Amino acid sequence: MAVTVRIPTPLQRLTNGQAEVQCDGSTVSDLLFDLEKRYPGIKERICDEQGKLRRFVNVFVNEEDIRFMQGDQTAVKAGDEVSIIPAIAGG
Amino acid sequence: MSYMIGLKCRECGRLYPKEVVFVCEYCFGGVEVDYDYDAIRRVLTKTALAARPKSLWRYRELLPIEGDPTVGLFSGFTPLFRAERLAEALGVEELYIKDDSVSHPSLSFKDRVVSIALTRAKELEFDTVACASTGNLANSVAALAARAGLKRYIFIPADLEMGKIIGSLIYRPTLVAVEGTYDEVNRLCAEIGAKYPWAFVNINIRPYYAEGSKTYGFEIAEQLGWRVPQHIVVPAAGGSLITKIAKAFKELKRLGLLEDASTKLYCAQAAGCSPIVNTIQARSDIVKPVKPNTIAKSLAIGNPADGYYATKTVLESGGWAEAVTDDEIIEAMKLLAETEGVFTETAGGVTAAAAKKLIEQGIIPKDESIVICITGNGLKTQEPLMNRLGQAARIKPTLASFESELASQLADVSVRQK
Repeated sequence: MAVTVRIPTPLQRLTNGQAEVQCDGSTVSDLLFDLEKRYPGIKERICDEQGKLRRFVNVFVNEEDIRFMQGDQTAVKAGDEVSIIPAIAGG
Repeated sequence: MSYMIGLKCRECGRLYPKEVVFVCEYCFGGVEVDYDYDAIRRVLTKTALAARPKSLWRYRELLPIEGDPTVGLFSGFTPLFRAERLAEALGVEELYIKDDSVSHPSLSFKDRVVSIALTRAKELEFDTVACASTGNLANSVAALAARAGLKRYIFIPADLEMGKIIGSLIYRPTLVAVEGTYDEVNRLCAEIGAKYPWAFVNINIRPYYAEGSKTYGFEIAEQLGWRVPQHIVVPAAGGSLITKIAKAFKELKRLGLLEDASTKLYCAQAAGCSPIVNTIQARSDIVKPVKPNTIAKSLAIGNPADGYYATKTVLESGGWAEAVTDDEIIEAMKLLAETEGVFTETAGGVTAAAAKKLIEQGIIPKDESIVICITGNGLKTQEPLMNRLGQAARIKPTLASFESELASQLADVSVRQK
């Protein structure tokens, strides 16, 4: 029951250069836990000491920002695509 | 001669070389250019500045380039003028407008950031530049990249105003209209940028790009005779400009060019997209994203990257924030035009309307100096003004037709005696 997780460039060194990896879990939080099991060290880069997503990290499930859903408790299922993207300037 | 030392994470302070690095690998904080201020202090003096051309490049020591500027040589140094009629309408004593609606070449303050971004992109040996834009950045990248001979890919939300679409297409970029909000365009561009070897001005070369906004602040201080106003009202989309104006004043003070850099900064947003105003008014440090719905499309960023820093900057300065409705935006655009002859875009209406509200609420005192930041041109956002400005009097080419159509207005005009 794999979910595709897209890894931002700065973290691809931790995933052996892979831009996309497969993880398991029923929520975003679970996925991050599984991601850490597969690629040790990656979670502390995405989450702060309290385990909360860092201020400048945006997570999208199937292109929707999880802050418009249930945050890191947002449900995910097999076939979903999750993107981890740094905050971006614009205008 | 460059005074740029390297890049530094704004959050954790980690250092990076002056290459294509845009977020801290460790904490995802944005990285910012670090300069050798002691060396700059020796060369950037008021006397030296007085002899330089009137463009944004007069402050080049404080801009992140290695060699000579190559793009946007005529951008910047837009008018700052005293707005007496608008001051009277708002009941204040000392009001100025900093007017980037006449910026060369693309009529918005984005020419500042793009001049720096493209000069730097050439130094970093990119042959293609790109951006995600709510319109003004698109116009500026399209125009300046054309003149710089760079290939250009421009990504915009599909529902932009016609003026912004034509104002990009004319320069023959590859214009991509994405069916979605700006925030969706931006997310897509982050993924495209990770795959294609282009300089996305607002993504992978953002640390250089963002520094260009400081020139808006440098100019305000210099044009006021090396002082800062007590209050500045600034529009916010991603929230970068307001932080860079504050940074500009701090840098000038550090270099001894300003005695006092304390100014209160006020953030202006549309009520239909006010994530930063909401955060400031709640005195929070968590910026909650929103789904934009406003005529001020150039400010319609629901997930502002610099929202956190903008909030911090405003609150630390002792300033505040205000959001305004679409109607208030249009009324303020009209007021600015009728009193000062400035035709600004909807974003300028946001700024002027927010200033008006903050003055009426007594938050900005009536007897202190105020600068209103006008950052874009009204010819680009005409749609919301349709049916809001009345009609031209339509007549036949005869004196009789003129006099009958305008009879009521001519009634008390005395005619020339023979």
